[in-house]
Amino acid sequence: MLQDYTPVLLHVIIAVGFATVAMIANIVLGRTGKRNPTKDSVYECGMVPEMAGQPRFSVKFYLVAMLFILFDIEIVFMYPWAVVYQDFIAESGTIILWSMLSFVLILLFGYVYAIKKGALDWSR
Amino acid sequence: MQLALFWIFSILMLAFALGVVFLRNPVSSAMSLVMTFVALAAVFVTLDAFFIAVVQVLVYAGAVMVLFLFIIMLLDLRAEKHRKVRPSAWLGGGLVVGGFMAAISQVIAGWSALHQTKPELSDPSFNDVAGVGFTLFRDFNLPFQIIGVLLLVATVGVVLLSRKELK
Amino acid sequence: MNILNVMMQPEVFLVWTSLAKSIGLLAVILGLVSYTVYAERKICAWIQDRVGPNRTGIPFTGIRIQGLGQPIADALKLLLKENFIPAEVNKFYYYIAPKLSMVPAILVLAVLPFGSSLFGIPMVIADVNIGVLYVFAVSSLGVYGIVLAGWASNSKYPFLGGIRSSSQMISYELALGLSVIPVFMVCGTLSLPEIVLWQRENGWMVFPIWAKGLTWDLILSGDIGAIAQTFTAGFSLQRILLWVPMIISFVIFLIAMFAETNRAPFDLPEAEQELVGGYHTEYSGMGFALFFLGEYAAMIAGSGVIVTLFLGGWSFPLIPDGSLPGIPGVLAGLVNIGVFFAKIIALLIFFIWVRWTVPRFRYDQLMKLGWYVFFELALVNIFIAAFVLAYIK
Repeated sequence: MLQDYTPVLLHVIIAVGFATVAMIANIVLGRTGKRNPTKDSVYECGMVPEMAGQPRFSVKFYLVAMLFILFDIEIVFMYPWAVVYQDFIAESGTIILWSMLSFVLILLFGYVYAIKKGALDWSR
Repeated sequence: MQLALFWIFSILMLAFALGVVFLRNPVSSAMSLVMTFVALAAVFVTLDAFFIAVVQVLVYAGAVMVLFLFIIMLLDLRAEKHRKVRPSAWLGGGLVVGGFMAAISQVIAGWSALHQTKPELSDPSFNDVAGVGFTLFRDFNLPFQIIGVLLLVATVGVVLLSRKELK
Repeated sequence: MNILNVMMQPEVFLVWTSLAKSIGLLAVILGLVSYTVYAERKICAWIQDRVGPNRTGIPFTGIRIQGLGQPIADALKLLLKENFIPAEVNKFYYYIAPKLSMVPAILVLAVLPFGSSLFGIPMVIADVNIGVLYVFAVSSLGVYGIVLAGWASNSKYPFLGGIRSSSQMISYELALGLSVIPVFMVCGTLSLPEIVLWQRENGWMVFPIWAKGLTWDLILSGDIGAIAQTFTAGFSLQRILLWVPMIISFVIFLIAMFAETNRAPFDLPEAEQELVGGYHTEYSGMGFALFFLGEYAAMIAGSGVIVTLFLGGWSFPLIPDGSLPGIPGVLAGLVNIGVFFAKIIALLIFFIWVRWTVPRFRYDQLMKLGWYVFFELALVNIFIAAFVLAYIK
């Protein structure tokens, strides 16, 4: 079983190796130009950059990431469910369907609550 | 081979875990934590727990840590400055850590499972995803529903906590 | 002789064959990426009634061959450009971000079966039983390259592009993850090679019409009655009703894949008119090239996943037992690889066609589509499939 994953490890090494070699090749082969303050400054369409650093962003992005985690966990439970679904029904009946349905319905309350509170409404 | 890989990834995991604590830049700490989770997933693979390994990457490294990064960027946290630490603080901290380590090693030394080697899988072609599915829906149906309720509470909590911003 | 013996030992054999497969696949993908860029420029030019790149040909000869030399010239140019690092960036993350965005796209390829077998070696780098979950896990790591590029650049446009992009990617990951679940309910496995074999026997996921009895010999014999029988054997009420959730799955997965790979109409992270270049605004030379490569490699890998899950993978349509008459083993293996890449190229052309046809969404529309429409539709779709599988035979 572990042998199945040895090629994955080798593949990781090849992919990382390729990216590193490409980067190094560029540093070695690429031109090196002169630096000057204008070239060094951040790109702002030719204007003199205002307010150094990053702007603040909407808390909605953070909210989306949080809700994503919660529903991602729900999806993770669905994979083993889907894989055994037909075998399980053949073996011990449709309890598996109703069990998942109630799980999803419980979570849908949260989903509806989030929508009603406008958590996913970006136009406001 | 399996054992060697197990130790390599364990050491990698511990090294990155130390990075989480010792790196000054919060983004570096977060990325170290991502690498810790990936190395932990590799350790799970060497222990034949493939489903857990992939869920570890999918949920922790791929979802939870994105949130961490977002928060670090939202708050615009910068690298910590070096501070002078008083010798008495060093001493106190060392005592707490030493005491804790001593207590844990005491417990571990008396634990019989430690001296067991990992038994081989009885069936090498065992499909652990199907195994998890069968166990979950046959024996742990009620806990499964309770997890649903927990996730519901978390969803409501998330929305409530950020409600001030939403209005 | 001695070396040959060592090479044939099972462990050593596994290592060098998988290394060969990895390197070979990487080379094919690199070639495919550069010619996808060429196709993109050429098709976009046709759609906009222009000529497109048509001058670069074989050097020193003056032969232009429709500009087919352009990708090679582009690659060389990017390799020889200055790798400029602006003064205010965080150097470590600025260097590492392009790699973090390219490597996951390449890693996805590890579990995709790109052919049946050649010389008895299965044409998949790693046949793992959690196949699809591996794809999602690895591609979810692709977010970091983009976020870190935006953050490390220490500039406003890349930062906003990075945040937008990651938020969009995680939102559509939900739709992506939910939409494929009916496929696994039908196949009962997460392993991609097994899903391809299932489709070879029972018909493609989006086109499930033939059954095991059908062979190439039977088709060539022209016995209409016997052929029709193998088709009707594949039919049952359950089969026909399952068609509905399968088509819905396919459509959601396809559209979510556009959003995952930041392709138009979901290309807000690099919306030229508002964010310049998005997260890679401050990059030049190979850093930029790796982002570009990662984006197209992700598109190819995504097409590969779609082909494998819904369009029969490497299998030739209408041959449940995989026998190609009059074609010897090695050649049949090559034909299967060809079929896989032909399907991918067809999907890539579709991707390009859509990009130059459909206008861009607004950000609130994009989020609404992902969280309201696709999320709900995918959930309902799963239970349609569940009820059909449980109660209709």
